Amino acid sequence: MKLAHVVPVKIYWVVFGALLALTLITTGIAFIDLGGVLNSAVALSIAILKAVLVVLFFMHVRYSSRATAVVLTAGVFWMVVLLVLTMSDYLTR
Amino acid sequence: MPDTNTIHAHQFDDAEQQHESSWLGMWIFLATEIMFFGGMFLAYTSYRSAYSEAFAAASNELNIILGTVNTAVLICSSLTMALAVHSAQVNRTKPLVRFLSLTILLGVVFLVIKYFEYEHKFDENLVPGAFFVFRTDITNQAEIFFSLYFAMTGMHALHMVVGLGLLGYLNYAAMRRRYSAEYNTPVELVGLYWHFVDVVWIFLFPLLYLSGRH
Repeated sequence: MKLAHVVPVKIYWVVFGALLALTLITTGIAFIDLGGVLNSAVALSIAILKAVLVVLFFMHVRYSSRATAVVLTAGVFWMVVLLVLTMSDYLTR
Repeated sequence: MPDTNTIHAHQFDDAEQQHESSWLGMWIFLATEIMFFGGMFLAYTSYRSAYSEAFAAASNELNIILGTVNTAVLICSSLTMALAVHSAQVNRTKPLVRFLSLTILLGVVFLVIKYFEYEHKFDENLVPGAFFVFRTDITNQAEIFFSLYFAMTGMHALHMVVGLGLLGYLNYAAMRRRYSAEYNTPVELVGLYWHFVDVVWIFLFPLLYLSGRH
C-alpha cells in the first residue's frame, strides 16, 4: 500500500531544469531596465513561478489532499493580507 | 517481511490517516514559518518603497555572482532532496543515503559561500553599527538595507543549519535501514522543511540582490 504518491523522477528533472533556467533569466533580465514598476513586477513574477514549481512538484502539493492545499492557501492568504493592508496604509499617507 | 503498512499508533484508524496527520502537521508548521519570515518581508517592502534609491545602491554592493550561484546550489539541493524521498519510496537505501549526503553537501556549500559574503561585508564596512560607512547622503537608509540583509539571510542561514542537523539525523537513520516504502515519513517531512527554506531564498535573492542592477 502506498501512503504517498510516488512522483516519477523525470518530473523532478524537468522541474529542476526549469528552476535553473528561470534563475539565469531572472539574473540576466535584472540588468535591463524594463521601466519603473515593471522591473520589480517581472522579478517577483519569476520568483513566484519558481516557488509554485517547488511547492507543486518538489513538495508534492500537486499530489496531496485538499487539506494540504487549504493550509498552504491560508498561509499565503495571510501574507497577502499583511502586505496589502500595511502597504495601502503607508502608501496613502 | 512483516506488512508494516497496517501498523499505526492506536489513535489513528489506519496507517494512511497517520501519514496524513504527520504530513499536515509539518504543513501547519510551515504556515507558521510563512508568518515568521513574512514579518521581515513586510519590513523590507515597507522600507524599500520609502527608500528605493538607497536600497538599489546598497543592493549593488552585494555579489550577484555568488548570489546566483547560491540560488543554483539550493535548487540542486532541492532536487537531491526530492530524489532522496523518491529513493525511500521505492525501497532503495543506498541511493537514499547518497542523495541525503549530497543534499547535506550542497547545504554546506551554500553556507560556506554565505560566510565569504559576510566576511566581505565586514571588510567593506557594510555591517550596520558603529563602523558602517556608505555614501553620505543615504548612509542611514543604506544601513537599514543592510540590517534587513543580515537579519533575513541570517535567519535563513539559521534555518539551513537546523535543516542540516535534521538531514544528518536522517542520514544516520537511513544507514541503519530505518526507512522503506512502507515507512519514510521523516524523510518526507524533512524534505518539506528543506524545500520551504529553498522557497524563502527564491524570494530573498531577487529582492536583496537584483533590485538595483538596471
